[in-house]
Amino acid sequence: MTQSPTLSRRPASSGSPLPRKKRQRGTDARAGYTFLLPWLLGFIALTVGPMISSLYLSFTNYNLFEPPKWIGLDNYTTLFQDERFLQSVGVTVGYVVFGTPLKLAAALAVAMLLNSKRRGQGFYRSAFYAPSLIGASVSIAIVWKAMFGDSGPVDQGLSFFGINLGGWVGNPSMTMPMFILLTVWQFGAPMVIFLAGLKQIPGELYEAASMDGAGPVRKFFNITWPMLSPVIFFNLLMETIHAFQIFASAYIISNGEGGPAGSTLFYTLYLYLRGFSDFRMGYASAMAWLLVIVVGIITLIFFRTSKSWVHYSGDSK
Amino acid sequence: MTTTASPTHAPTDTAAPVYNPKSESVGVKRAKSAIFHAAALILTAIVLYPGLWMIASSFKPNSEIGGQNTSLWSNNFSFDNFVTAMDGIGGVSTLQFFTNSLILALGAVVGTILSASVSAYAFARINFPGRSLFFGMMIATLLLPFHVVIIPQYIIFQQLGLVDTYVPLLIGKFLAGDAFFVFLMVQFMRGLPAELDEAARIDGAGHARIFGSIMLPLMKPALISTSIFSFIWSWNDFLGPLLYLNTPEKYPLPLALRLFVDQTQSSDYGAMIAMSVLALLPVLIFFLIFQRYIVEGVSTQGLKG
Repeated sequence: MTQSPTLSRRPASSGSPLPRKKRQRGTDARAGYTFLLPWLLGFIALTVGPMISSLYLSFTNYNLFEPPKWIGLDNYTTLFQDERFLQSVGVTVGYVVFGTPLKLAAALAVAMLLNSKRRGQGFYRSAFYAPSLIGASVSIAIVWKAMFGDSGPVDQGLSFFGINLGGWVGNPSMTMPMFILLTVWQFGAPMVIFLAGLKQIPGELYEAASMDGAGPVRKFFNITWPMLSPVIFFNLLMETIHAFQIFASAYIISNGEGGPAGSTLFYTLYLYLRGFSDFRMGYASAMAWLLVIVVGIITLIFFRTSKSWVHYSGDSK
Repeated sequence: MTTTASPTHAPTDTAAPVYNPKSESVGVKRAKSAIFHAAALILTAIVLYPGLWMIASSFKPNSEIGGQNTSLWSNNFSFDNFVTAMDGIGGVSTLQFFTNSLILALGAVVGTILSASVSAYAFARINFPGRSLFFGMMIATLLLPFHVVIIPQYIIFQQLGLVDTYVPLLIGKFLAGDAFFVFLMVQFMRGLPAELDEAARIDGAGHARIFGSIMLPLMKPALISTSIFSFIWSWNDFLGPLLYLNTPEKYPLPLALRLFVDQTQSSDYGAMIAMSVLALLPVLIFFLIFQRYIVEGVSTQGLKG
């Protein structure tokens, strides 16, 4: 997905002195920017401009009503003494580190189960995908809260097996597992992508391995994993970045407060509360930029380490 | 890019025999198939349980949701919760919230289709200086946490007096703000033969003609995927409306739901869940009708749900 696809469609005719060619290129530049205009306008006015101004705001004190006051790095240094901020980092990192690998493991396992030509495959695939479409919605957050609440079906079901945890929603040590279950429940989207990747692996590879007496474990580590590694990489990158940005479910389940005891104070929720409840917009901008930097570093690390474990077959274009 | 952008080609579900070097007996094959279906069905039950619980609860009286009653079935099913839910909240009827959601979602679809297709044509089919640079930047915005822009955007719209209107929620859609869709369409157009535009150009057609008469009609599958996903994303969006809308008359369903939760505070679980069902209904109907497009779109483009 991240390979840059070939950009030039026509053979490079550089150095061609024909004036007709030159004129053609001129009109193409004009046409190109005319067609690109909507995206370009949005990119400048809604992405680049705001990014620069939020970088500036992150060095100021700004409450939306008085002009911003320059305070240098104060916002950034305050962040690291702010206990609620550190807590929000802990909550989010915990969610990303445990939730994402579990979700991808579930996605891969189920994709491998479904990767056979059996009747009903299409039905299962659709059924497993459905949660991905609605999982981040307010409706599902409400349902999750009810299901994991006091004497909800989860509590009741566990009590039946003699496990009495009470409601998960009000228990600070059980809210994280609840959110992780919510994200694992949405394994369908990466599963569908895995499934498409699995179908690309030539069957002869497995046949040859079987002849050589390889068992299922060796086949998995020596064929499936390397052949699927570009897809695993793509899913891992996208799901990780996505996980950092969880908001609606956290907002609804904790009534917009991040409770109990700050156990659901996800990063974006704290950013929202700082920016739009306390109107400390400079502080919230600093948080936003820190998130961009962290996500950027993680992306970079992913790409750097990918060379050692992601295999692109050279002629697969 | 090994995937081709054609969400229409669904894999066939015929039960062709799997290659097996040990040539198993029919009995072993049957047993394996039975184990597969047993595992898949158990998993289906687990995955679908929250949805079934939600639907069952929406028809149950409050006293039977939770409590000692874990079964999905009830002898007291009724539409009472839906009647309460349709009354709405804060003096606004639920029908109004539906209308608002629909306006926002249709606006998002129209805006995205118009702006993304035009921009994608530039990336895919026109050779202009700076194209690779901008294409790279467009890909980079796919990875950018959008929280970095919401504060300045809010400040701009606040100063323009556009807070509590739909403009901040829709303008980005008309400016190809969802890079995913631009990317999807670029990939799709690259899959179309270049001879098409060459021939049209020889016949004297300009880019406007080539785009309007050749590309757009051929892009139908990509346009359908884009419409479905931009509709659903807009329908489920919570943060945008939460930031910009203040008056309940303008709320879309997700915000109305939050208001409902705030004001009833779990005193009326049944109505709350009934309203959640109503809010998801269009998405579920979409899914049932277009599931092939949706699932194929995800598997070929890596779209997020």
